[in-house]
Amino acid sequence: MSRYVLPLLAVIALILFLMVGLKRGDPRALPSPFIGKPAPQFELPTLKDPSATIGSQDLEGNLALVNVWATWCVGCRAEHPFLLELAAKDSIPIYGINWRDTRPEALRWIDQLGDPYIASGFDGSGRVGIDWGVYGAPETFLVSADGVVLHKHLGPLSKESWESDFVPLINGGGAAQ
Amino acid sequence: MIPEIGQFALILALSLAICQGVLPLVGAHRNDSAMMQVGNTAALGQFVFVTIAFGCLTWSFVTSDFSVLYVANHSQLSLPTVYKISAVWGAHEGSLLMWILILAAWTVAVSRYSSELPEAFSARVIGVLGLLSIGFLLFALLTSNPFDRLTPPASDGADLNPLLQDPGLAIHPPLLYIGYVGFSVAFAFAIAAMLSGNLDQRWAKWTRPWTTLAWMFLTLGIMLGSWWAYYELGWGGWWFWDPVENASFMPWLIGTALIHSLAVTEKRGLFKSWTLLLAITAFSLSLLGTFLVRSGIIVSVHAFATDPTRGFFILGFLGVVVVGALILYAWRAPSLDSDVGFALLSRETFLLLNNVLLVVAATLVLMGTLAPLVIELLNGGKISIGPPWFEVAFLVPMIPLVLLLGLGMHTAWRKQDTRPWFALLRIPAIAAVLLGIVLPLMFYGRTGLLLAVGFAAALWIIATSLIQPIRSLRRKDGSAGITRSALGMSVAHLGMGLFVLGATVTSAFNVESDRALTPGESIDVAGYDFTMLELRNVEGPNYSAIEGVIEISKDGDYVATVRPQKRQYLVQKNWMTEAGIYATWNKDLFVALGDQLGNGAWSVRVQYKPMIRYIWFGAIIMALGGIIAVSDRRYRLKASKTSKVSGTAAESA
Repeated sequence: MSRYVLPLLAVIALILFLMVGLKRGDPRALPSPFIGKPAPQFELPTLKDPSATIGSQDLEGNLALVNVWATWCVGCRAEHPFLLELAAKDSIPIYGINWRDTRPEALRWIDQLGDPYIASGFDGSGRVGIDWGVYGAPETFLVSADGVVLHKHLGPLSKESWESDFVPLINGGGAAQ
Repeated sequence: MIPEIGQFALILALSLAICQGVLPLVGAHRNDSAMMQVGNTAALGQFVFVTIAFGCLTWSFVTSDFSVLYVANHSQLSLPTVYKISAVWGAHEGSLLMWILILAAWTVAVSRYSSELPEAFSARVIGVLGLLSIGFLLFALLTSNPFDRLTPPASDGADLNPLLQDPGLAIHPPLLYIGYVGFSVAFAFAIAAMLSGNLDQRWAKWTRPWTTLAWMFLTLGIMLGSWWAYYELGWGGWWFWDPVENASFMPWLIGTALIHSLAVTEKRGLFKSWTLLLAITAFSLSLLGTFLVRSGIIVSVHAFATDPTRGFFILGFLGVVVVGALILYAWRAPSLDSDVGFALLSRETFLLLNNVLLVVAATLVLMGTLAPLVIELLNGGKISIGPPWFEVAFLVPMIPLVLLLGLGMHTAWRKQDTRPWFALLRIPAIAAVLLGIVLPLMFYGRTGLLLAVGFAAALWIIATSLIQPIRSLRRKDGSAGITRSALGMSVAHLGMGLFVLGATVTSAFNVESDRALTPGESIDVAGYDFTMLELRNVEGPNYSAIEGVIEISKDGDYVATVRPQKRQYLVQKNWMTEAGIYATWNKDLFVALGDQLGNGAWSVRVQYKPMIRYIWFGAIIMALGGIIAVSDRRYRLKASKTSKVSGTAAESA
């Protein structure tokens, strides 16, 4: 009799094991070399005014989000309403890096869909993206007041990921200071 | 509008699947003929509505309706139409819809060709397939709706992953899914038999053609995937032991075991509970593969976008299906096994060994696939298990398997006399060993232990597969020739022999060289001169490419010109490699462009791959063997007359 029950037990064990595996979260969450390190220095012309610049010193002193976006990226379009929502709450400054894009298209995007950013740097060549280790847009970095990368989010932001990944760090960071 | 029709059709399909999943099973239990017949009609209706849904999604792709999120994410205006169509199944949601469509198609086929089955049995089969349809339709509607809208619509899409913009990959998933899903038929037959409690040898006879068909499609699907990886990924390998490849390979190994075990059950009434278990396992591994690919639990180069809710859904579904089936198994199987004996030297013994070795192989692949996850969960950090481990581990059951294969084919059922057996097999065995050592020395100038074993094993299988067909050709007029079933077996085994030959020779004598080349320069690989004549820009419909024109010559004589490309797709901006391959019957010359090195130089990977085509050719021959075996008169499926005129079914029954 027992040998006929054995497959059942093996499968139940396998399923429980896979369940634990699923709960552990995203296997792609490779430890980023930037987490806990100072954010890479950068200096970019702003999207709206090529003669003005935005750079690392503008971020200093405040907890800030740096969002890498592009008009050709559908994920960016998907997260855009959420970014607007965040900006409307005025809880955290959002800076953009317009990555591997063209200026007219990016300006049209901002014009049509709204602008959640304090300012966006224009990184048409993707040079700053390389320094920041950007794989693909959208990516969002949480940078502390003293310029340390606290978290890096790959893919579109959503309410769920914001609350599970960012809010605890933002609250925790506030308590520590 | 069209996407909403598609979504509505999916919901209707779900309602019909519920009818199909519940009524025939209840009807079979109560012996109510009308209720049992509803299953066939509901299955047909489900198929029609799923086809409509699939058509709607295809329409949205062809007309580039970027208000549909799935289309916006996986298509683009300048994408060639053929790839707009194949993009339908290019990612999770659409491929799930295709899976559902294929399941519905298998169901209709089973209901149409089941006139020889007892009514209650076929009703149970249709019912079980209906339950599976319910699960997949719920999965699509609740977690992976392909018809979700995107507001505001995108002006252009994000493009289909360029890796998938290839004819091979356009038809690889459908074939693979037909195979995967086909094992659900064997699964449903097993469940139906256990529900009725009546599992005689006819059950195995009915299951065999369906299983062989599914196996055949899976073989072709895996073969195409391997071929695609060879020419598209630019590495020149043909199997990478990637988790996703393994996910398709495990059901194949178990499906192969099932085909052999079914033969024993049909002919001799043995191994009944074991065959049932294999039928359950083959389909369970298909589901496990789906889970591994779609849940994001394992990192792989071609896993779908990850989403834990989907993972939990499939895992829950897998749990219900497999645990349910195995509870039924634990309850019913003990009463099935009979005590019919067989001698040590008999075909039964060899098929038993075949099964053990194939199951060991599948278990090793499963262990290697899940090991990184186990280590990680035990806080051992991230590891990956690569080809070196698999290649060694996999050979352990495979070498005895291929050696025993030639013996088993020529061993009689029940009991084989030793003397005629030796007389028949002595010559092929000696010839295979001698030629296995001599031929590599003759053609390639060296030999080695593993090489000789592989070469001899290939020749041994080829020789022993040919004995029966040749005897049949030379028989006296009037005597019975080989049956289709036996011919199919011989052909499939011949394919296996060709495969082993290709795999052995190509891994032993592959020559590979990575070099920087500027136009005008040439390199020598395995006696061939590869001269880069020029580099030029080429424009495709949705990519621009750099093409190297490379002339191959041997001893000053022109052999061929190949044109490897490095393509940059305009939307996603990623680079793709199109290898330039010159293929003849006994070798491939493979050239792929690597990276630009400056000063007009490019890194170029040149490979000489002897007999690599035999790997895929062998797989095609194996699948051909499957078709021949299915066409045997014994298994010829008869269309039921009743299902043609639906409505009269209930009255006539």
